[in-house]
Amino acid sequence: MTISTGRTRQASFGAESGSGSTDALLPSDVPVQLLDAGGAARQDSRYAMPADDMLLDAYARLVAGRRINDQANALVRQGRLAVYPSSHGQEACQVAAAAVLQTQDWLFPTYRDSVAVMSRGVDPLQVLTLLRGDWHSGYDPYEHRVAPQATPLATQLLHAVGVAHAAKLKGEDTVVLALCGDGATSEGDFHEALNFAAVFHVPVVFFIQNNEYAISVPLKNQSVAPSLAHKAIGYGMPGERVDGNDVAALLSVLGAAVLRAREGGGPALVEAHTYRMQAHTNADDATRYRSAEEVQDWLPRDPLARTRSYLRGRGLLDDAREDELAAAAEALAAAMREGLNADVEPDPLALFEHVYTRRTPQLAEQSELLRGELQRDEEERDALVRNAAGDPDGTGNPADPGASR
Amino acid sequence: MAATPTDTPPQAREIADAGSESGPETLTFAKALNAALADEMAADPTVVVFGEDVGPLGGVFRITDGLTARFGTDRCFDTPLAESGIMGMAVGMAMNGLRPVVEMQFDAFAYPAFEQVVSHVAKMSNRTKGKVKLPLVIRIPYAGGIGGVEHHSDSSEAYYAHTPGLTVVAPATVADAYTLLRDAIRLKDPVVFLEPKKLYWSKETVDLAVLRRAADEALRTGRQVPGGIGTAAVARTGTDATLVAYGPSVSTALAAAAAAEAEGRSLEVIDLRSIVPYDDAAVDASVRRTGRAVVISEAPGFASVASEIVARIQERCFHSLAAPVLRVTGFDVPYPAPKLEHWFLPGVDRILDAVDELQWEEPPGSGAGAGTSASEDPR
Ligand SMILES: Cc1ncc(C[n+]2csc(CCOP(=O)(O)OP(=O)(O)O)c2C)c(N)n1
Repeated sequence: MTISTGRTRQASFGAESGSGSTDALLPSDVPVQLLDAGGAARQDSRYAMPADDMLLDAYARLVAGRRINDQANALVRQGRLAVYPSSHGQEACQVAAAAVLQTQDWLFPTYRDSVAVMSRGVDPLQVLTLLRGDWHSGYDPYEHRVAPQATPLATQLLHAVGVAHAAKLKGEDTVVLALCGDGATSEGDFHEALNFAAVFHVPVVFFIQNNEYAISVPLKNQSVAPSLAHKAIGYGMPGERVDGNDVAALLSVLGAAVLRAREGGGPALVEAHTYRMQAHTNADDATRYRSAEEVQDWLPRDPLARTRSYLRGRGLLDDAREDELAAAAEALAAAMREGLNADVEPDPLALFEHVYTRRTPQLAEQSELLRGELQRDEEERDALVRNAAGDPDGTGNPADPGASR
Repeated sequence: MAATPTDTPPQAREIADAGSESGPETLTFAKALNAALADEMAADPTVVVFGEDVGPLGGVFRITDGLTARFGTDRCFDTPLAESGIMGMAVGMAMNGLRPVVEMQFDAFAYPAFEQVVSHVAKMSNRTKGKVKLPLVIRIPYAGGIGGVEHHSDSSEAYYAHTPGLTVVAPATVADAYTLLRDAIRLKDPVVFLEPKKLYWSKETVDLAVLRRAADEALRTGRQVPGGIGTAAVARTGTDATLVAYGPSVSTALAAAAAAEAEGRSLEVIDLRSIVPYDDAAVDASVRRTGRAVVISEAPGFASVASEIVARIQERCFHSLAAPVLRVTGFDVPYPAPKLEHWFLPGVDRILDAVDELQWEEPPGSGAGAGTSASEDPR
């Protein structure tokens, strides 16, 4: 999908950027907003409202994303997923990240970005493999050009730079969008990634979802920069702030940054201001570090309600279409439930796969050890079954009380 | 730049000072590494070299000398000064079809990249069920013996060898420097390539053209370079005891074996060449023959590669052993200042003392401590 709107003239991602003017690199004073909290359109001199069909598509992705988050949380409670870092409240960022990319582009997600990965087209069950616990990464990164979801913070930003640098050397038309949270911006790898991207002038867009907390640590303990987007200027790339609950603004700003990178303009940094409505994961007690009032404050800024209100106001969305979207999301959730209700037993011998292209003699030995243990287990199970069937020696004859064994 | 690996034979080469195209010649370890890099870059346009000062300067040890001039700045370039950045970018470049060969300037300066190495380089193939391979080489000038100030002499092999997914190579000869580096670049898995600094200026007479032909042929046929990664070598044959060593310790072990011979004791020296994969078969065969073994390494001995080798020998060769397997390693202290390093490094005397401990029934010569004078220390 191509984002044709959002091509802007000046400021951050406009024609003057890279001209050496520091103003051209600085983000706007307030986050870019195209839809206010009530869903009314707002003018922005630099960023245009995305086309209707794009917003309708985004709304469909939002509805699906919200349903995925809710379903995944339920699956954690049922013990079907080990953990789920929900992006509830951040769905606008998630769907926009996927929507602004073309097929040949790459997405570099974190553990929290399951909805973005699914929105890019990866099968939800393959995405949830990581969180279900049968293998680390459940999809082929090359199939949809989505890197494995990164758990160590900020490390994936450098991989994104590497993919982009290789793409540039190979003359590929590839843009890389790399996601991270506000906490991750304090890591050294964040700094190194931005610096490398700028020095090598590669087509990467860094996209920070500032959801106000890194587990329990609020933004003010993370950084005292005027905004996280302001960090961009120190590396010589433009930064922009965007309302992270406004999918229209996200599509427009991210779309412009991606287009700029595609046209050889180099890297850019986008900070979305959003909020994690739920706990960090199910293992976290968010009441220990933030007030119920604060969470309540964010409720009226919900990305779904806002988009819905705009689209309904424009007459682009009606009850029938909403029913369709709800039914589609429900079907997606049902498929997730069904898929995760099946017990998957990974093959223990797979432990030794994919460690080395040529298995080392030591791994070959260890694999044989485990194979022997598995065989013994199976024999013991068989014996139990035979005993229960009254056929202890496996001859098919009933147990003979007079036999020697 | 062309991005597809090519099957065409390497082009005519023009490596300055690399000598004639045929016949034995005297070559330094450093030049052999340089030739290996140049030959792989010529053979495969996806090979890219980068790191700190590797461009026009040619690296602080000149291992990348002339590569930028010959292959251009897309193929051999300087990066900002950031090891994690170098390593993480290499991960992405390998994901996207290139074969990065990165240089970490010194052993202890590779630690900022450790997170990338352990969490991503080592695990990417496994995490993605083999879908993402990372054919990259991390070259590290390593270990001591050159009078370096602190942070320039660490033996860091145990950190890497302990991490599943990493192949860990430490050449000890000029020929191996060439052959193993070419093999490392060909390998689909990531390789930590440890270059003993004290060997960079050592010279040997080798026939580079022969080595080159073998490596080129392997490249054409898709086979492993003969004598490539995973096989240990018998560096010296002997019958009485086995010395197991790798990288910087091999020359010390050989010197000890030469000294022992003068005392009437025949020591075999095994050069591991690669630490991972570890060649149990070669070590076992030697130890079963000799019945005694000493493992030598510069690194602190506690929880070390040397410890692992001793454990493996005891487990696998117990019935052939006439004595406990011993270690001669660096002390369990931070790498010392230059004026103290000769006390730290395992030298010939310490090795021979350990050999004397191997419960001989009739010690040769006059018995305990028989032996060597300090002047025989190869350093
Ligand atoms: C290098 C590293 N250190 C610590 C952690 C543990 N950890 C997991 S998530 C997290 C907070 C991250 O916050 P942020 O970057 O804001 O992302 P968010 O979870 O809010 O999406 C921490 C500390 C980690 N995953 N990686």
